[in-house]
Amino acid sequence: MTGRKPHRPTRSGPLDRVLGERGRGGGFDRLVEGIGERFARAREDRGSRGNKPRGRSAQFNLRNRLILVGGSLGLCAIALVGRALDLQVISNDFYRQQGDARSLREIPIPTSRGMITDRNGEPLAVSTPVESIWGNPKELAKNPERLPELAKALGVSRDELTRKLAQRAGKEFMYLKRRINPDEARKILAHKVPGVFSQREFRRFYPQGEAMAHVLGFTNIDDRGQEGLELAFDHELRGKPGTKRVIRDGAGRIVENVDLVQSAEPGKDLTLTLDRRIQYLTYRELRRALVDTGASSASAVVLDIETGEVLAMANLPTYNPNLLSAGNRDTHRNRALTDVVEPGSTMKPITVAAALNAGAVKPTTLVNTTPGWMPNGRYRITDTHNNGVLTVTGVITKSSNVGAAKLALPLPNDYYYNFIRGFGYGQKPNSGFPGESSGLLAPPSRWSGTTKATMSYGYGLSATPMQIAMAYAAMANGGKLIQPTFVKGQRNEARQVLEPAVAGEIMRMMQTVTEPGGTAKQAAILGYHVAGKTGTTRKFSATGGYSRKYVSLFAGVVPVEKPRFSMVVVVSEPDPTKRGYYGGSVSGPVFRNVMDGALRLMDVAPDDIETWLAVQAAAEAKRLKQNGGKPSGPVVPVATQTVASPPPIAASALVQGGAR
Amino acid sequence: MMRLLLALLIVANVVSALLVVFARHEHRQLFVQLNKLQRERDELNIEFGRLQLEQATWAESNRIDQVARERIGMKFPEGAETVVIRP
Repeated sequence: MTGRKPHRPTRSGPLDRVLGERGRGGGFDRLVEGIGERFARAREDRGSRGNKPRGRSAQFNLRNRLILVGGSLGLCAIALVGRALDLQVISNDFYRQQGDARSLREIPIPTSRGMITDRNGEPLAVSTPVESIWGNPKELAKNPERLPELAKALGVSRDELTRKLAQRAGKEFMYLKRRINPDEARKILAHKVPGVFSQREFRRFYPQGEAMAHVLGFTNIDDRGQEGLELAFDHELRGKPGTKRVIRDGAGRIVENVDLVQSAEPGKDLTLTLDRRIQYLTYRELRRALVDTGASSASAVVLDIETGEVLAMANLPTYNPNLLSAGNRDTHRNRALTDVVEPGSTMKPITVAAALNAGAVKPTTLVNTTPGWMPNGRYRITDTHNNGVLTVTGVITKSSNVGAAKLALPLPNDYYYNFIRGFGYGQKPNSGFPGESSGLLAPPSRWSGTTKATMSYGYGLSATPMQIAMAYAAMANGGKLIQPTFVKGQRNEARQVLEPAVAGEIMRMMQTVTEPGGTAKQAAILGYHVAGKTGTTRKFSATGGYSRKYVSLFAGVVPVEKPRFSMVVVVSEPDPTKRGYYGGSVSGPVFRNVMDGALRLMDVAPDDIETWLAVQAAAEAKRLKQNGGKPSGPVVPVATQTVASPPPIAASALVQGGAR
Repeated sequence: MMRLLLALLIVANVVSALLVVFARHEHRQLFVQLNKLQRERDELNIEFGRLQLEQATWAESNRIDQVARERIGMKFPEGAETVVIRP
């Protein structure tokens, strides 16, 4: 700028050229000139040349102008300070909120679902952490060149990933892969693709798998109970997720934890009454029965008689709760509680108990069942063969339909109905399991002429395996009925439904069923007296009437002295060509194998040492004969000899006797 | 006298303000530590759960049954092989 006088008229600057003639001498020009003059003067003051100021500047009052400018600037400043004060101190809510909204976050603290254990504390359902990979589609869209890498890491095709991202283009959250192993998640995160994060979630594992599936149920992907006890006790198991307040930076990283709003409450553990070992045994034997008999489904329930605790409950077909597939929901049903069957001959002990309880008969009273059938309305009640004259005990031993009907018919309708109902038939067992069935028991007002006779041997009413197990437990428990429970420590109140003396008589009668001459010798257990009753019913067909399909039942209690377990086995639609369809031959062995194991596992003292000794004596005699009449001393060396027999033979015997 | 009181109050005010800052800072520090310990506890619990799960898987009745019968060649004693001891 040196040497250039801005307002020399002889030299036209760019501004002059733009303004042209018209602009010159206008207000703008004067203002520009005025400013220019001041600059010029200042320069001149500093300089030593001492040019005289132009005369026009005298027109302006410098002081007033400074006051004006200074005043307006001061007002602006005051306005700014005032506004700042207003925003910062007086009405600061809005911006404080907005600020907090951008940095302060309340984030949930996840909690794990409580563990479910069996009665001995063995885990049956455990939640372990897994990682879920999620992405921010907005951020991912910014780096399209990283997508192939991400797709490869996730193990999905590139097109699929792009399509998924396009669907949620406007969103800020989408799951890329849910519930994977933490190690796997770490590998994906190691690629450091921007906008990919992981989040901890919990997944439920069921170490017992298929064997416990129906009782436990399962949870959905959000860890909420969907079926079974997981659903029934969802509230207790779930726990409460807490919240905490944190400060986050722009990238969403937590900069600082500020406050704990609510501490997380982890889910409570649940201890069940089930025994893992008995449960497994039940499941294994049921599965074997299904294979051996070609049946379509089966259920079994084991109850502790004194407490009403459910020790085992298994059903087939089953599913793997660790590997849920959408298909075949039919296998998810807990048949032991939801499916009803006609109890068939397992009803006879209750009919007999009704007659004994009413004082109508004594165990030794004679009942004439000749000729093996009797008319019942338009139908006939038939026995498998003509049993002739039986005692009341014999009616149960031989499972005579005619005998049961003859005992029931003289009883008053209301008395008989209430007696059966007292044992829990036609009512929900109230075990706390969701979806229990109450079975069907028609009141006398809806009975036809033949109903009472058919009910006496278990047709025309229906019950779940659990209800039958409950009724048998009541008979074994001196006539005290206890509602079943799945939770350890919970005791339901007992209700006296039968005279204790009558209950004892019934037990002795049922004991004959598993002894020589009874219908279920297959259910006898060495060393214990077993009381039980077989049942074989035809399935009601969809077209009406009874089909050629059978249901084979066995209900029993052990040991007869001081009963501990009540067990019901129901096998549906066994193939008659394989092992027949009678309850004794189809369901009896399941009962024996499971109870044999359960008695041993629960340390129940044998109440029938005599048979055991007899077996031992027989073995001793056999050995004596082999040794040529020489006494062989104690049994022990011979026992070792048996064990030391060639392994191949032992192995084949194992396959026959063991798990298949 | 009044002036001394005033000065004292001002000093007290400043001190308490600083103490508030200090307490707040300490609170945050402790909260961070609490969080860390809680996370540690959770990790241990989770590890425990995982080990329990593993143990349950190894101890699954099915597996034990199979191992006992097939690998070790065990079997259940028959009636004749059992000695009944009379009390």
